[in-house]
Amino acid sequence: MPAALLDIDHVSKRFVKHPNLGERVAGLLGAGPKTEIVRAVTDVSLNVAKGEVVGLVGESGCGKSTLGRMIAGIYTPSDGKILFDKVPVAKEQGRRTQKLTTRVQMIHQDPFASLNPRIRIGDTVAEGPVAHRIVKPREADSYVADLLGRVGLDPTYRRRFPHQFSGGQRQRIAIARALAMKPDLLVLDEPVASLDVSIQAQVLNLFMDLRRDLDLTGIFISHDLGVVRHVSDRVAIMYLGRIVELAPTAELYAAPNHPYTRALFESVPRVGVGKKNFRPIAGEIPSPLHPPSGCHFHPRCPFAGPRCKREAPPLTAIGPGRFSACHLNTGGTD
Amino acid sequence: MSDVVLRVKDLQTQFQTRAGVLKAVDGVSFEVGRGRILGLVGESGSGKSVTGYSILGLIEPPGRIAGGEVVLKGKDLTRLRGEAMRQVRGAQIAMVFQDPMMTLNPVLKIGTQMIAAVRAHDKVSRKAARARARDALAKVGIPSPEERLDAYPHQLSGGMRQRVAIAIALLHSPAVIIADEPTTALDVSIQGQILAEVRRLADETGTAFVWVTHDLAVVSSLADDICVMYAGRVVESGPATDVIASPRHPYTAGLLASVPAEHEPGTKLPQVPGSTPSLANLPPGCAFAPRCFKAGPACTTTPPVQQFEDGRTALCHYPIEPVSCQPLSSTSTTYRSAS
Repeated sequence: MPAALLDIDHVSKRFVKHPNLGERVAGLLGAGPKTEIVRAVTDVSLNVAKGEVVGLVGESGCGKSTLGRMIAGIYTPSDGKILFDKVPVAKEQGRRTQKLTTRVQMIHQDPFASLNPRIRIGDTVAEGPVAHRIVKPREADSYVADLLGRVGLDPTYRRRFPHQFSGGQRQRIAIARALAMKPDLLVLDEPVASLDVSIQAQVLNLFMDLRRDLDLTGIFISHDLGVVRHVSDRVAIMYLGRIVELAPTAELYAAPNHPYTRALFESVPRVGVGKKNFRPIAGEIPSPLHPPSGCHFHPRCPFAGPRCKREAPPLTAIGPGRFSACHLNTGGTD
Repeated sequence: MSDVVLRVKDLQTQFQTRAGVLKAVDGVSFEVGRGRILGLVGESGSGKSVTGYSILGLIEPPGRIAGGEVVLKGKDLTRLRGEAMRQVRGAQIAMVFQDPMMTLNPVLKIGTQMIAAVRAHDKVSRKAARARARDALAKVGIPSPEERLDAYPHQLSGGMRQRVAIAIALLHSPAVIIADEPTTALDVSIQGQILAEVRRLADETGTAFVWVTHDLAVVSSLADDICVMYAGRVVESGPATDVIASPRHPYTAGLLASVPAEHEPGTKLPQVPGSTPSLANLPPGCAFAPRCFKAGPACTTTPPVQQFEDGRTALCHYPIEPVSCQPLSSTSTTYRSAS
C-alpha cells in the first residue's frame, strides 16, 4: 500500500452538554440534570491512501458525519489524532493549518443550505481561491468559468443566483466550489441523498470522472449501500460511534462478516429482489447518550452471548485488508 | 381485479398561478384492489403527492380538482363537500404523511390524540376508545402499547412515531390508506421493519395502500402494482414485478438503469440526461421527449395510452419491446410465483 495520505489514529469525539445555571442550582439541591456526554465517535482508526475512496456507511447516530467533520477540521477530536500528510489536522489555528484546510474540502448533503442564496454562484466559487491566493483576482473569472465547465455547467451561468438552479445543478456548483481550492482530499457527506434518482446518477458519474482526472482521494459518507458500493474502493461500516467492519468493497459485499453488516444488507430493499424477501433487524437504534455495554450491537444481534455484554470487541484483522469487530471471530461469545 | 376499493379516473388537479394554470395532475387513472399495495412512483414535481392529496380532498386554493373522479367503494369523493367529506376522511380512507412529527401534536399524549381520532367518527366511551387505540398500537408492532399511550411524541423514536401515525390511520379500519413517502425520513433498518409490517397489515386486514414514493427499491420490495408518474401523468403502470423486470416506457427504463446497485462498481452509470421540466413550460406532446433516447417525430403530439398484456400500460409513441427470451434464472421464477 502506498503511504497513507490520511491517518486517523484512535480518534474519539465526545459532545458534552453542560447544565445551564438554573440546572446547576437544581443539581446542588439534588434534582437537576447531570452533565450529559454524547460519545459520537469512539476509538476509530483508519488509513486512507492517496487516490483511494473510502465509503463510510451507517445509520443515523453512528458518527459517520462527525468523523467526516473531524477529518475536514471542523471538529477537533477529543482523543487521538488525525494526520493529513503527516501533519495534524486543525491542531492549532496557525498559518500551517490554514494552508492545510484548503487541501481538505467538504461537500455537504443539502445544496439548498450550503450555497449562500444572496451571492452569485461565480462569486461563491471564486471566494475561496482568491482569499487563499490560489488565483489572482483578475484571473478569477476565467478560473470559475473553467471549473463550471468541468462540472458540466454552462460557464455563462456564473452571474446567476442559487435559486435559479435545480438541486442537481446546485450540487455541481458545490463540487466546483470544493474543487476550486485544488484539494487533495474531498469529504463528501451524503452528496446525493437529497437528489432524485435520475439526477443522482449524473452527480455520481461526475464524481467518478473528476476522481479519475484529478487523482482525488475521497471520504464518501452515505447511508445508501448501493451508492457507496459503486464509488468506493474500501468501505467502513459504522454503528454507534465505532467502526464494526472495514473491508475492500467487493469482498465486503460478497461476504459481509459482522452480524450488523449482514443484517443491514438483508434489510435494505432492492430493485428486482422481489417483494417477500424482508428480514428486518429487530429493535431500535440505541441513543448514543446511553449506548449499550460491551458490543453496542448486542441487544439487536441474533448471535449475542454473555461476553458481548461484558466487553467491546476490538476491530481485528480477519483476512488481508479485512477487519471486523465481533467476538465470533475471536473465540466465541460465551 | 374483482374487488376494487378505490378507482381514480382521469383525475385533473390544477393550480392557478401567475405563470398560468399548472396541471400538477393531468389525467391520472388507476385502481386499487382490497388488500393490495399500489406504488405511486415519481421524482420531485411528478405530481405523485398531489395525486394523494387530491384523493383525500386536501387540495386548497389556488389548487382545485378540475375534473375526473375518485370512486371509493362506489362513492365519488370529488363531489363531497365539507361535513360529508369529513365523514369519509379518517373513517373510510386515511393518510400517513412523510414526517410523523408534523402529524402528531407535540403537546398531547399519544393516547389523547388517538382517543380523539376514534371518537371523531364513533360514539364510544373514552374507555372503549382507549382500548381500541391500544389494539391499534399492538397491531403495528409497538411493544408495551399500554405505556406508549401515556407517552408524548418526543419520547418516541422516528420509527415508533411513524408506527403511531400508521396506527392512527388504521383506527377505523379504512378501506384505503394513502401513504406519502412514509419511510423516506427513516433509517434503513427501521424502514425494513415498517415495510414488513405494512405488507402484513395489507394481507391480514385487507386494507389497501397507495404508497407514494420516489424509491424504486421500496416499491419493488413492497408493492403489488406500480404507477410511474412523470410531469403529472402516469407514464407506465402494471404489476410491480413485471414493470421492474421489463419496463416498457423509456422513462421507467431510465430510472431503473440509473440505480447504482445494479451495476458493476466504478462503471459509468446510465443516466437520464437533463432534469425534470417545470410544469409551467412543459414541452408540447410527450413531456419526457427532450430527455428520451427513443424520441421520434411523433413525440411532439400527445402520446396514446398503449395497452399490453397483463393489464400493463405505457403512455408512449415508441414503447420498449418486452424482454422476450428471459433467462429462466432462479430469481425470475421466484418473481412469477410471488406475483
